[in-house]
Amino acid sequence: MIKIKNLKKTYYTPHSSIEAVSDINLKIEKGDIFGIIGFSGAGKSTLIRCLNRLEEPDSGEILIGEKNISSMDDKQLRQARRKIGMIFQQFNLFDSKTVFENVAFPLKIAGFRSDQIESRVREILQLVDLSDKIKAYPLQLSGGQKQRVGIARALANDPDVLLSDEATSALDPQTTYSILELLKNINKKLGLTIILITHELDVLNSICNHMAVIEKGKIVETGTVEKFFSNPESTTARRFIHILQDFQKKRIFQGGEGI
Amino acid sequence: MSDDLFELVLTGLTETLYMAGVSTVVALLIGLPLGVTLVVTEKGNILESVKIHQALGTIVNIFRSFPSIILIVILLPLSRFLIGTTLGATAAIVPLSIGSAPFFARIIENCLKEVAFGKIEAALAMGASPFTIISQVLIPEALPSLVRGITIAIIMVIGFTAVAGAIGGGGLGSLAIRFGYMRYRDDIMLVTVVILVILVQGIQWGGDFIAKYIERKRYKFE
Repeated sequence: MIKIKNLKKTYYTPHSSIEAVSDINLKIEKGDIFGIIGFSGAGKSTLIRCLNRLEEPDSGEILIGEKNISSMDDKQLRQARRKIGMIFQQFNLFDSKTVFENVAFPLKIAGFRSDQIESRVREILQLVDLSDKIKAYPLQLSGGQKQRVGIARALANDPDVLLSDEATSALDPQTTYSILELLKNINKKLGLTIILITHELDVLNSICNHMAVIEKGKIVETGTVEKFFSNPESTTARRFIHILQDFQKKRIFQGGEGI
Repeated sequence: MSDDLFELVLTGLTETLYMAGVSTVVALLIGLPLGVTLVVTEKGNILESVKIHQALGTIVNIFRSFPSIILIVILLPLSRFLIGTTLGATAAIVPLSIGSAPFFARIIENCLKEVAFGKIEAALAMGASPFTIISQVLIPEALPSLVRGITIAIIMVIGFTAVAGAIGGGGLGSLAIRFGYMRYRDDIMLVTVVILVILVQGIQWGGDFIAKYIERKRYKFE
């Protein structure tokens, strides 16, 4: 179970300040796939990056299981981060390392023996279906393959939770779908909690169980994904649904079936 | 052609290689940590410290604003203190190393800044320590660019040794001034210049070769 209490983060510029997120309160069940949706600039990225303190929150509490992330010192935080996987929109793989070395990196940090690392990396690469690319370098891979390596690297040390920062936003629809299927399978197989942020309705629709809508740094709606689509309450949620409906209407008229 | 030519040039070349080689190693030993520190202490980076960043930046700028010949003259007392003399190739190594270190630091700083910060964040998110990030991510990711940058710096050091040569440091620069210029020995002037051109070309070629080798390894398709 992950709990976020009264989370707040403000960015300061020389002449003004911007409240990126404020009054965030969320509970995410263990084993859930939780989607946070919002338009650009709503604070999604700040929110997810506060969870492993890549962004330092101004105030509030973050609890992952029994661990209070927000009160940790540097050393404790490094220890805790080893059990929080993260994947990124830009993949952020190490170009100087092979696929094997990329996936082995978090294991090395965690201090595993090299034979343990060897077998774990092979196992996890099998899971993401990339065993044949073990010796390749990231620059030799396609976008979808890169994100699979990203996922393998994030999962290598058997994390309690996986944070996904727009992980499919740089991928084409087909690749997006295969990555989402992979995440869904991993969630099922390992019972891993996944928190993802997105601006794509498809992502929410196809893998998330629960969702939160974020608008101007505040959570304006939470609930099941079905509720989001059937009974959107917040302005942001309605706008998302309207965009989708408008788009579908236009398509129908284009095809002639609507006349 | 006189018969002393070969011997003079050989001594000069040996001294130049010795000065440039040792100075490069020492300058790299000072410049690399300095360059890394400049990057990681920058605002928003892994060991942010505005004070250290500004202090180091100022020191580097001060050293880099001296014309090279003045810098060598200023640092000569240090040679006397460390080596016992201000003449000869070994004495020149002290000002050469200290004089080139800030240049190495800036070049290394620039190369390391090219590494996308997302990669650093990925390592942070895995719980890597600052030392691990510097040694396992920052430097390896910047390696081809570092090799190219250091190649430029080595060539600058060779130019620097010629300046040191002109004021008593020995090497090919000294040979060109003392024999080629002051004694009108055109043969020595010509040979010195040709050797320097070959030397610089060779180093540039070697640097490019290493950088390309690293890049090819990372890009190659099976």
